[in-house]
Amino acid sequence: MRLLEYQAKELFKEFGIKTPPSVSSKDIEKGRKDAKELGYPFVIKVQVPVGGRGKAGGIQKCSSDDEFELKYPQLLNMSIKGEKTRAILLEKMADIEKELYLSLFLNRSKRCYTIIASSEGGVEIESVKNQTIREVGLGDVDSQIAKEVANEIGLKDSQEEQFVEMLQKLSKLTIEKEAELAEINPLAILKDGTLIALDGKVMTDDNSNFRHDELQKYQEKSDLEEQAEKSGFSLVELDGNIAVIGNGAGLVMSTFDLVTDNGGKPATFLDVGGGATTESVYEALTLISKMSRVKGILVNLYGGIVKTTTVAEAFIQAYNNNLIDLPVFARLMGTESDKAKEMLKDTKTKMFDSIEEAINGVVMEANK
Amino acid sequence: MTDIYELLRGAKDADGNYQKQPVIVQGITGKYGSAHAKLMLEYGTNIVAGVTPGKAGQKFEDKIPVYDSVKDAVDATGAKISIVFVPAKFFLDAAKDALNSGIKLLVAIPEHVPIRDTMEVIELAKQKDAIMIGPNTPGVIVPGLIKVGIMPASPFSSGRVAVLSKSGTLLYEISNNLTSAGFGQNITIGIGGDPVNGTRMIDAFDMIKDDPELDGMVVVGEIGGEAEEVLAQHIIDIGFKKPVVGYIAGRQAPKEKRMGHAGAIVMGTYGSAESKISMFAKANIPVAKRPGEVAVLLAGKMNS
Repeated sequence: MRLLEYQAKELFKEFGIKTPPSVSSKDIEKGRKDAKELGYPFVIKVQVPVGGRGKAGGIQKCSSDDEFELKYPQLLNMSIKGEKTRAILLEKMADIEKELYLSLFLNRSKRCYTIIASSEGGVEIESVKNQTIREVGLGDVDSQIAKEVANEIGLKDSQEEQFVEMLQKLSKLTIEKEAELAEINPLAILKDGTLIALDGKVMTDDNSNFRHDELQKYQEKSDLEEQAEKSGFSLVELDGNIAVIGNGAGLVMSTFDLVTDNGGKPATFLDVGGGATTESVYEALTLISKMSRVKGILVNLYGGIVKTTTVAEAFIQAYNNNLIDLPVFARLMGTESDKAKEMLKDTKTKMFDSIEEAINGVVMEANK
Repeated sequence: MTDIYELLRGAKDADGNYQKQPVIVQGITGKYGSAHAKLMLEYGTNIVAGVTPGKAGQKFEDKIPVYDSVKDAVDATGAKISIVFVPAKFFLDAAKDALNSGIKLLVAIPEHVPIRDTMEVIELAKQKDAIMIGPNTPGVIVPGLIKVGIMPASPFSSGRVAVLSKSGTLLYEISNNLTSAGFGQNITIGIGGDPVNGTRMIDAFDMIKDDPELDGMVVVGEIGGEAEEVLAQHIIDIGFKKPVVGYIAGRQAPKEKRMGHAGAIVMGTYGSAESKISMFAKANIPVAKRPGEVAVLLAGKMNS
């Protein structure tokens, strides 16, 4: 789960990591109350689950009611990289002396947690220079390692102490919440010498959700994505017009690549998964039928454990119930694919022997 | 290092044939476990015992004894291979039971195992000098001899090419293409779609690279992490000479979105397809644009 800044900061507060005074809202009525409570001046920050919002104009200073009334609705209605604003954070401005970088993240290839720290923060991690990197096993950071990291990025005395404390708290958060990434960037040294988390990013392991009921309130999924999860398949929604369906994440990604290579725009990445049943595929078609922008459906199946006839049966039911009226372009391979093709032969599903031909068909249809 | 070939194939007998090695199935009485145990038996895998806590004394398919624990199953059969079909939240306990009982090759099928649990099992496997494949893997197959996994049988045929793949269905698709093109497989290993793998691409590569019956390799990667980059660098460093061909899924995937697999996510440039493809190019590994092209590229490499 990718937490929004305000959610990450709630966790920071819970673990005793200092953040500037701030309040979050999802509508202007609550926003107005927040503004009064906080007092001008402050910054308005859009809460979106992607990076680069500063450059996109998603962080604005605000010093009066007039400015607030103008900027709050603008920011609430903006989209960054296709992601709509999920909430608004109002935050007191900090008197910054210097910006550092600090994160704990799961190094996948080394299979251990890694501390990254730098005296030059405030930019995206790829651009952070002079990185100090330490591997710390399952994420536990003892005070000795924390001190060494502090010293390596040039911190001494009180700042060293504050940094050590902050890093150890971040480590505790990472372990307890099963985070894949916990990042403070920038970690600011204020003019008065205090260390504070100005921005935060936390990603937790979705597979550990079952033992973190306390994090469920942060779950931000579209209705469609939520329904998909309930039915046991995975869905990513995009703004194109071709619904891409298949079994297995790799195969669907591959199909998705080829559609885009050929000038098509996918509306879904939909993996019916290894446990697909006629019911779950029918459910998937129900979701797609509700997406008005979809002009064609592309199906790429490699039947193995999931029989292609299981999927074909769902299509037959969908046609019989007038659930879908869209042209379907399908390539079925593997278990019982001859039978599946026979089942679908008199329907609106067009069968292709190669995925390339099916893609050409659906792209032409969608671009009509 | 524990030898995966020795575990799966044993030693050749007097006639030059490999021996079927015994396999335990954890979760054999469950819906998924029993269905796949049957399919493995059909393939010819020598399943000697099942494990389901509380079900000791039962017989699976009227012939395979079920035990309460892996320890009991190992004591009775001496098996060193176990395949696990338990719900993700019970995986940690099942894996510990296996590794603490002498299992040397653990094939972890469940999807959605928490990363922290996987890391704990990896640590234990290291201590026990054991191999874990997965989690979230289709398993491992030596075509014609032994199938320890959930892959369908039809795409595979025995031969001298290895396939390493993060994805299950792409493994089937590409193996099927290879088989049609006359490239049978010496072994195929599902690395799994999780962020942290018991056997990483590079580990799998090192386990099999020197097999005298291996002529070439296909690496099926996908966005997320840097397993492909690390492998490519390793291939450069050791000057590996057998032909290697690659495929990377997810070139057009949006950033910061998980594409079906827990591990398939691009953060900034970390995990991007461009990064993987350019490292493969440095290591002289041609990358197919589509799955169907893999066999063609391999044929080109093999004949050059």
